Order: sequence, then structure tokens, then C-alpha cells
Amino acid sequence: MRLLSNFLTSRWGPILTGIVVGVLAPILVKLGNPGNMGICVACFSRDIAGALGFHRAATVQYIRPEIIGFVLGALIAALLFREFKPRGGSSPLIRFLLGMFAVIGALVFLGCPWRAYLRLGGGDWNAIPGILGLFAGIGLGIVFLKRGFSLGRSRPASAAVGWVMPVFVIILLVLLLAAPLFGRDADGNPVGPIFFSEKGPGSQYAPLLVALFVGLLIGFLAQRSRFCTVGALRDIVLLRDAHLFNGVLALVAAAFVTNLLLGQFKAGFAEQPVSHTNLLWNFGGMVLAGLAFTLAGGCPGRQVFLSGEGDGDATIFVFGMIVGAGVAHTFSLASSPAGPGAYGPSAVIIGLIVLTVIGLTMRETRAA
Amino acid sequence: MTETKTLDVRGLSCPEPAMQTREALLALGSGTLIVLSDSFTSRTNIERAGNKIGWKAEVTQADDETYRITFTK
Repeated sequence: MRLLSNFLTSRWGPILTGIVVGVLAPILVKLGNPGNMGICVACFSRDIAGALGFHRAATVQYIRPEIIGFVLGALIAALLFREFKPRGGSSPLIRFLLGMFAVIGALVFLGCPWRAYLRLGGGDWNAIPGILGLFAGIGLGIVFLKRGFSLGRSRPASAAVGWVMPVFVIILLVLLLAAPLFGRDADGNPVGPIFFSEKGPGSQYAPLLVALFVGLLIGFLAQRSRFCTVGALRDIVLLRDAHLFNGVLALVAAAFVTNLLLGQFKAGFAEQPVSHTNLLWNFGGMVLAGLAFTLAGGCPGRQVFLSGEGDGDATIFVFGMIVGAGVAHTFSLASSPAGPGAYGPSAVIIGLIVLTVIGLTMRETRAA
Repeated sequence: MTETKTLDVRGLSCPEPAMQTREALLALGSGTLIVLSDSFTSRTNIERAGNKIGWKAEVTQADDETYRITFTK
């Protein structure tokens, strides 16, 4: 066990995690998940928001077991290796906002950084402007970091803080299994509080136990290896350190090979699954998301794993993503395969302004 | 005798601990710097950041919650 942990915390850890994600995500697609969406933390937050009735886009409602697995896998790893540390207090309200804007930007592109790389590995070239936007957003975040941006220090907290997310996802699992219908619509038909799509991406999913197991495995590996798709580029620029980026390269390579083997690789721009071809807003959406993730300290996957190891601030960020996903659909911000939502571009611009203000004004006096 | 500088990065999110360490070490040029960190993740990132620019790191556990990373060059 110690040997495995040493391996995962070495420079090989992110590479192994990237390979596992790159292989298993296309397999989840084969088993039923939406195209090039074996794993997408933003899309899955959106599906969970829909299942909980936070938005009423009927095609994207499902409680994704992968996310439940991510949290519990990270929790198990953190408990096993004594890294479960309840903590919090580093600008929680700002982190909630960052989570909201991150997911809004991601839903204008139609994918988080994980899915951007998975789409690339599946031949969806619309991912390229998205990834360039992600790089631009991370670059902007780095400028703020260099100017002294900080959300301040977290402090050790009581155990209750650390257990909020694990308990939340266990409740999600119960709701997924029980799918209660104790609401009534105007005609008296049973409806809600849990909604599952009957068509569209929300109705496409891999078998529950497989999805949960994949989530657990990735959660475990990523907690140990600190796999992060935003830290990847950030650390190259800031620290001249490529060890996280190697994980991303491994992910894209593994996804490409696995998609080829499964006959799922389809190169081009047009008619890609859950994807649109608007270059500008594929780029713009991910600038916003990349900036938000960089200011928050990590990609959405990383935030979910941190929330499983007791980080209350990351938990707030994830809740921000779920609420933001609800807002993205009720306010017509999210894109669809037809293109950007009516108010998506405006939301991206507003988000960039808000995040610039946050980036320029939040700083901590450095204790040297 | 010159005073040994201490950098306290406890509680800060990524990438601030490694970034501040790197900046402090570059500014110092040579000598000794002690960095205090409270997470294993930051600890390894801090060590890596220092090693990359030619500093030797020695890690001790200061208390239950704190790693003390001593850089020398």
C-alpha cells in the first residue's frame, strides 16, 4: 500500500491517473454515457442540478454516480493515508461565485477541462478553441496570481465541515436509487422532487455500478496523485514544472487510442456529440472557466476530490457549480448543439468582469 | 550571524505555497530558508519547486499539523 502511494505521489502518479481516465471515460461512453462525455465534471454537475429540480431542462437530468464515486474514492484515499483534514475559511463566498461562473463558462463551451481533453481525444476539433480559451483563462489567472491574488488562508475546522460533501453524495446515491416522486403537478400526476431525463444526454448513462466503481477508482487515484487539468498548465508557467501536464497528455493519448479501438473516434467539427461549432464562444466560455478554476486553485475534478478529503472551501466551490448549472439553464446561458444560448455570451462577459474585479482586489498581506 | 528567514504558507491554496517559496528562494539567492506547510500536497510541491532551482530540501515534522521544510544552497 505504501509502495502504491509512493508511486502515485511521484511524477508517475498524474500520468497513471491520466491513462486510467483516458481509457475508462470512452468505455463509459461505450456503456451508455453521452458521446465524448465519459466524464465531465461540469456536465455532470449540471445533470445533478437538473435531477434535483434546480433547472427544468428536461434533457439533462440525472444523478451521475461518477461524481458520487469521485468524492467517496477521494475520501477513502484520504482516510487511508491520513490526509482527511477538515478545513475551511478561505473566502468561501468568493469560492461559491467562482464555482458558479466556472460552470457557466464551461456550459457555454459544453464541457469542463476534463471533457475538453476527452473531446479532443475523440476527434471533436471544436475542443481546440475551447482548450485555447482554457489556456487563455489560466494565463489571465496567472497574471492575477503574480500580482498577489490570494483567497487567504484556510484554517483547520471541526470534523462536521469535512463530512458535508461525503454525506451529501451519500444522500445523492440514496436519491438515485429511490428516485422518490412525492410531488404532484397541476393534474395530480406524481412529479419530482427527483427528475430523470427520458431523452437527451441525461437519459444516456452507463450502468450504475460500473459508473460508481469508475468514479471510486479515479477519485482514489486522483486524490493520491493530485491530478489537476488546470494546475497542469499553471505549474508549467509559474513553476517550470510539467509533472501535472504529463497527466493531461497521457489522458488525451489514452482517450485517442481507446476511442480508436472502440470505433468511437470521429474527426471533424460538424455533428459532434453534445458540442457546437461556434469558435468564438467555445473559446470565450473556456476563458471564463479557466480563469475561475485558476483563481479557485484547481480544476473542477480537483475541487471535487478536495471536497472529499475535508476541504470545506472546495465543497463550497462544488455547490457553487451545482447552483451555477441550474442558473445556466434557467437563464438560457448554456449552449446546445445548435449554438450558444441566448444570453450565454453576455453571461461570459459579465463573468469576466466580475472575476477581473475579484482577481485584482483579493489579496493577502504576505507574512514573510 | 544572519537570521534564518521563515516563510509560513500554511492554509494557502495551490499554487501559492510553491509559488511563494520559489519567489523567496530566487530572491535569497543562497543561504537557508525555512518554509512551514500544513499539507502533504503543498509539502511535495514546495520541495519540487525548490529542487528545480537547485536548492536542497530537508523535511521534518514540526508538529502534528506542520511540516518544516529547510532549504539550503
